[in-house]
Amino acid sequence: MTSRPRVAVIDHGAGNLVSIDQALTTVGADVIVVADRGSLTSCDAMILPGVGAAGPAMARLKARGLADPIRAWAAAERPLLGICLGLQLLFDVSDEDGAETLGIVPGRTVRMEHAPTLPHTGWNQVEQKRSHPIFDGIVDGADLYFVHSYVGRPAASAQDVVLATTEHGAPFVSALARGSLLGVQFHPERSGRDGLRLLANFVDLVRAA
Amino acid sequence: MLRHRVIPCLDVADGRVVKGRRFQDLTDEGDPAELAERYALEGADELVFLDITAAPERRGTLLDIVDRTARRAFIPLTVGGGVRSVDEMRAVLRAGADKVSLNTAAVNDLMLIEACAGTFGRQAVVVAIDARMTMSGTWEVVVKGGREPTGLDAVDWAERAVGLGAGELLVTSIDRDGTGNGFDTALLRAIAERVSVPVIASGGAAGPDDFIAAIRDGGADAVLAASIFHRGIRTISEVKEAMAAAGLPIRLVPELVA
Repeated sequence: MTSRPRVAVIDHGAGNLVSIDQALTTVGADVIVVADRGSLTSCDAMILPGVGAAGPAMARLKARGLADPIRAWAAAERPLLGICLGLQLLFDVSDEDGAETLGIVPGRTVRMEHAPTLPHTGWNQVEQKRSHPIFDGIVDGADLYFVHSYVGRPAASAQDVVLATTEHGAPFVSALARGSLLGVQFHPERSGRDGLRLLANFVDLVRAA
Repeated sequence: MLRHRVIPCLDVADGRVVKGRRFQDLTDEGDPAELAERYALEGADELVFLDITAAPERRGTLLDIVDRTARRAFIPLTVGGGVRSVDEMRAVLRAGADKVSLNTAAVNDLMLIEACAGTFGRQAVVVAIDARMTMSGTWEVVVKGGREPTGLDAVDWAERAVGLGAGELLVTSIDRDGTGNGFDTALLRAIAERVSVPVIASGGAAGPDDFIAAIRDGGADAVLAASIFHRGIRTISEVKEAMAAAGLPIRLVPELVA
């Protein structure tokens, strides 16, 4: 099947959506930017992007009536990809301003420990802990682009979600997967060829879903 | 392990890439989006645009270039020059930039860094510091493209800017900029020792040895240069291979490695 899946990119107001829009379009998806519940039309997958702080992002999601639809989408096991802050929002709570987050994955978002520089800014190696189609064609240890100071930490009961780790002073979870739910701490839309490949793999997974 | 970044800088005036010596005698060096895409393919780790005209009535031209670049080069883009408010920063980010660098406006309005970091996160706020060595061997912050001294000590200002919310510092030696005499590693070291955010070295690069020195001797995390790349004196992949050969952690794009 070579159809173009419809991917809803959730806009919670803070940053650049041009890159993710163009990257998804390039790899064969049709993008719908969703800023409120009213514009949340039928789609095949959802992407929760984002940079910035957890508190304001959650406040905007709630104010625009998007928090519950995202939870419901995940509960229905539809394809969902969280990027950077979007990965962190999947957990229960964030130590960054104490924000209660979406609660889709048990665990919390914590400040990076033992980091030689913060924010962790630049290209770093993503060590794949298990094989997953999202990494098809991407070598183990590939360099992908990060910019963040906090990381998602799955609860002891949820360690099986860990898909990849990266090291900056200490190892942290740089990708997670559970069924059709995916999260990456790096920015695939800003990670050159390998980043585009990962998004192409996501679109393939959406087509197969 | 986090890689050291090599960042080509495109000074943009009226929608074209320009380069001059010490911010003067500007010459036209091409279309920003086209050059940006070429650099991304050559292995640039990030891109920086500095809008050095930054006249308010020409803002639309810059936003259009940012949009075109973000759609062609899938690597991070920082845009600086003339951003004076949270709303102006929002416009640049919405056009496709990942970070904004604040310079003169941050010196004039101390609340600006805090307001921008509070709204967009500190990872989106780069503070650009243009510094000139003084008679006593310290460095003074200069603004308006290096034309105006501020009386601020560059190292103190760096520390203060980080305290206010800067997520990264772009440190340019005005004495070295455009000269090819190498980075001012003493300036870089003085600042890198005082802050925990990444420091980008700028001003004076002529070749790979300068980049290696900025990291080894200056403690910089990333290195930035303009004319040596624009004029084809060195390619980005050539510089990165030399840095990797010297033992630095560098992202090499596999298809470009000889």
